Amino acid sequence: MLSSNGLSIQVLDQRGGVLTALDGASHDADATLATARGGGTRRRSALLSRDHGLAWLFLLPSLAIFAIFILYPLVQSFVLSTHGSDIFGNSSRFVGLKHFREMFSDSGFYKILETTAMFTVMTVIPGVLGALALVLLMESRIRGIRIFRSAFALPFAFSAASASVIFAVIYNPAVGIANGMLAHFGSKPVGWLTDPKWVLLSVVVVQVWMTLGYNVLVLSAGVAAIPGDIIEAARLDGATGWRLHRSVMVPLLSPQLFFLTVVSTINSLQAFASIRILAPEGGPGGKAMTLVYAIYNKGFENGNSDLGTASAYAIVLLFIVLVLTAIQFGVLERKVFYR
Amino acid sequence: MSALVKDRVAKVLVYLVLIIAALAVVFPVYYALAGSIMPTRDLIKAPPALVPSGIHPGNFADVFHAIPLGRQYLNSVVVAGIITAAQVLTSLLAAYAFVFLPMKWRKAVFGLFLATLMIPWEAIIIPNYKTISNAHLANTYFALVLPFLASAFGTFMLRQSFLQFPMELRDAAKIDGSGHLRFLWRIVVPVSRPTIAAIAVYSFLSAWNQYFWPLLVTDDPKMQTLQLGMSQLNNSESADPRLILAGVACSVLPTLLLVVFGQKFIVKGLTSGAVK
Repeated sequence: MLSSNGLSIQVLDQRGGVLTALDGASHDADATLATARGGGTRRRSALLSRDHGLAWLFLLPSLAIFAIFILYPLVQSFVLSTHGSDIFGNSSRFVGLKHFREMFSDSGFYKILETTAMFTVMTVIPGVLGALALVLLMESRIRGIRIFRSAFALPFAFSAASASVIFAVIYNPAVGIANGMLAHFGSKPVGWLTDPKWVLLSVVVVQVWMTLGYNVLVLSAGVAAIPGDIIEAARLDGATGWRLHRSVMVPLLSPQLFFLTVVSTINSLQAFASIRILAPEGGPGGKAMTLVYAIYNKGFENGNSDLGTASAYAIVLLFIVLVLTAIQFGVLERKVFYR
Repeated sequence: MSALVKDRVAKVLVYLVLIIAALAVVFPVYYALAGSIMPTRDLIKAPPALVPSGIHPGNFADVFHAIPLGRQYLNSVVVAGIITAAQVLTSLLAAYAFVFLPMKWRKAVFGLFLATLMIPWEAIIIPNYKTISNAHLANTYFALVLPFLASAFGTFMLRQSFLQFPMELRDAAKIDGSGHLRFLWRIVVPVSRPTIAAIAVYSFLSAWNQYFWPLLVTDDPKMQTLQLGMSQLNNSESADPRLILAGVACSVLPTLLLVVFGQKFIVKGLTSGAVK
């Protein structure tokens, strides 16, 4: 979940943990519990019941935070989405499904979904495949791999905000170096962030640049985990170059590739800082207005305070991410090649 | 063409592609660092300079005058520091309870922890904003840290690590029923140091990079974090690329050093979920 990209990477990476959770053992604790119960003396059972209390005491801080800042707001999102709100953002009377009816009959909503889908596809596919290509090229037994690996990992040091601000300078219509280069080669300047045709692509470039570092790190770790004898055996069998990559490395990397695809997808769905900095209000013509950004736009941006509508959008986001997570759980254990 | 020549050509091509890709990836990093010491004339001439014509450390002094960057730096360090320490502590306690202590509904409670990982923060950010503003906590450190004092991810990682402990070590916890805190501190924490370090790096970077939440709960520049302050340089009407790049360079330096010198460490921490 760095993410909020942060490392927005933020919340999203946590999902990596979840994968392992499913096959991780949960029996051990119960086994020890059984052993402890078997003790049976009065002293032990007294101790045991005190330990029961201790367990809840130890869990209390985490449970309290989750209750107040995850479970309560989860319920409250549904409450807010069925209530109107005044100009200060306070919820007013119950309006039932009005916000959802308006949302589903608003062509702007479908445009937002389309933009979100385009943004996600345009960032995830180049981000994952680009990182795969770089990692496989680095496996060609050449010198200086460490320098390349460090270079490709560098963007990982940049938060979404700092990366976006740098690119805002690069994209600057008058003095930015992007247009400076174009002018140098005799091309007309491009309105990277002001032209409705370009704005989404310009944000996509920043998002891909940001995620590339992390993707390279994950895939490199995956390559390092492949036992050397598998690669050697494949080489002895005559697999070299492209064939070695396609038939041996890529299948062995499929768990990482699947993980990255899901995590990047969820990450892109939550991309916020880059849009807020590079394309405030969704950019010219709203061409970069994604679902997450719409939540902010309806609820907060420019003095807006329609928290009811914003909550309806938030619930749509919640369902999309939940479905993706369910797919991750369902597919991961079955379809992906495991050693 | 002989096999040898073919091999040579292939190698040169691989190098060529890697070098072009590396230049493209590194250029924004280079430009931010080089630009942060450029005089204005380098940044606004056409085409803009690629190499600074001189070193102008004055940019850094100017950006610290333009916004309370020093204070924002401190805010980020305090906020990320508190969140990291708290997440490690609460995760240690929770994971210890799951593995070493007898309890009812263990599976259900653990399932609840995992379930919280599936909720995208942005989808519940509005009610959380209302909670904080109704409690009149806007523009305080409380607002910035409270929601992040616990971590299901950290708990999960530590639990996985505890489950790898040898049985005898775990049984030792049962013998002396009163000594759980001591056992946790003396035995469990030292043995789990690598996992704790990985969680700490992860928590710190996540907290350091936050943007959406601080944007909602702070509007006083003195209470804003580095990420907000630095991006505000870009929003103002008179956005000066010299100040913007100096601000970015300052803000990114700690994480840049971490990635360059602590890469092995980070890879372990951040990819532990991805690699089985």
